[in-house]
Amino acid sequence: MSEISHYSQLWHHRTPRTRLLMWIGWLALIALFVWCWQLMNRETIWFFVADAPRQAADIGNRMWPPRWEYLPELLMPLWDTINIATIGTIGGVVIAVPVAFLAASNTTPSARFLRPIALFIIVTSRSINALIWALLLVAIIGPGLLAGMVAIALRSIGFVGKLLYEAIEEIDPLQVEAVTATGAGRAQIINYGIIPQIMPAFWGISVFRWDINIRESTILGLVGAGGIGLKLQGSLNTLAWGQVTVILLLILCTVVVSEWISAKLRHAII
Amino acid sequence: MRPSDAYPNYWRKPPQILTHRQWRIGIQLAILAYLILAGASIEVDWQRVAMGLERGQRFIMGFLQPDFSSRWRDISQGLIESLTMTLTSTVIGVIISVPIGIGAARNLTPRPVYLVCRGIIAVSRALQEIIIAIFFVAMFGFGPFAGFLTLSFATIGFLAKLLADDIEEIEPGQADAIRATGATWWQLINYAVQPQVMPRLIGLSLYRLDINFRESAVIGIVGAGGIGATLNTAIDRYEYDSAGAILLTIIVIVMLAEYGSGYIRKLVQ
Repeated sequence: MSEISHYSQLWHHRTPRTRLLMWIGWLALIALFVWCWQLMNRETIWFFVADAPRQAADIGNRMWPPRWEYLPELLMPLWDTINIATIGTIGGVVIAVPVAFLAASNTTPSARFLRPIALFIIVTSRSINALIWALLLVAIIGPGLLAGMVAIALRSIGFVGKLLYEAIEEIDPLQVEAVTATGAGRAQIINYGIIPQIMPAFWGISVFRWDINIRESTILGLVGAGGIGLKLQGSLNTLAWGQVTVILLLILCTVVVSEWISAKLRHAII
Repeated sequence: MRPSDAYPNYWRKPPQILTHRQWRIGIQLAILAYLILAGASIEVDWQRVAMGLERGQRFIMGFLQPDFSSRWRDISQGLIESLTMTLTSTVIGVIISVPIGIGAARNLTPRPVYLVCRGIIAVSRALQEIIIAIFFVAMFGFGPFAGFLTLSFATIGFLAKLLADDIEEIEPGQADAIRATGATWWQLINYAVQPQVMPRLIGLSLYRLDINFRESAVIGIVGAGGIGATLNTAIDRYEYDSAGAILLTIIVIVMLAEYGSGYIRKLVQ
């Protein structure tokens, strides 16, 4: 039949039109990339960039061997770091729970007024990194552990709040209905209808955030908020690269251990 | 009739997580002991805090009445650096992480390649962006170029891992079907794997774009350029109204990026 000969022998994944559009899209992306690249590198000193391998080798030489004698001095800051992360997480979670209940569309008392405020709190907390919070808090309440804890707590509100309010919105409404049908009050509905459903998610999120917070609190000292980062900053400033190696290895170990603990705990809970 | 006290008219919600009584009490005591120990290690200089509260008030005032104009040149310069850094590092990071992600998928590659690629991912994920930035600044000098390298490096670990996990979970039937036609390895990737993971890859790239912008605001603190450097300067100079303006700018851009990327992801998937 003559109709068959009309078809191409070769199969193509897409129609010519979509292919053309995709090519234009890719071209636009490349053009945008090149433009950004030029804008970004206007003030780059290429001599330094070319020099980088030599610098890297130099730093590598200084970093090895690690100065292991420095390790005992680090144990106290490490304890501080763990405290910053843990207490910061607890503080963050305590504030995040009411915020999450205000932000979830099925539990919020006023969708028009309180919900946007709760969502704004979550977005603000999420979009500002713990290090920036710490930078602000060190300026406000002075350097030390407290600034670190408050920074971690402020950063955790958004994370925990967002995940928790999504968990609240996904609960099974039938259980809530059943509890409501018994004539329960608002607090009782939350206590018997909602909390049992979100409990596993709540612990999972909290432990997950704790794990992330251990990671973040190791570097808060760079801006003066206490912990092992303070030692890192000191070692970097005195160009004691052997000590930097020890600190980085210790941070690495801490992060791996905390990740392992959090994975075990979450596995046990969920 | 049985006496009414045989049937309790009072019910207590049973514990959900730790159902074993001794364990529950033990763990609660351990937590209490830890909190007391940890609480003792905080040294708070209340005088300093009281002094700082006034400064905090000024900061909140600065946040409420941000001053965009007097430092606008520095802010816009920092923003341009941050935004360009974000885009270029995401593009380069995605380009590098695709082959590594394919290499780290157990169902597509031989064992040695798999181990090497997983190793690269582990190294990239283990170190914090800010620590990598410190090293790149020491090696490549101050400025956005070091930041660009840092973010690209961090992107590789993030994206390659998620991409590899995704490839390992593809529908094996489709891959078998393509294999049965006698397809080469490249054709297998192109016709069986790529169509399955592409929507997610685009989604992840957009998500990483979002993360990279947030991180670009931080790595400036250690000298890797971008809006973080401007913010650091503003706070060091106690110019809280400018700092408030910078923070508001960051928040607005992050919000826009989040909604924008969410919209595009919905469109793609």
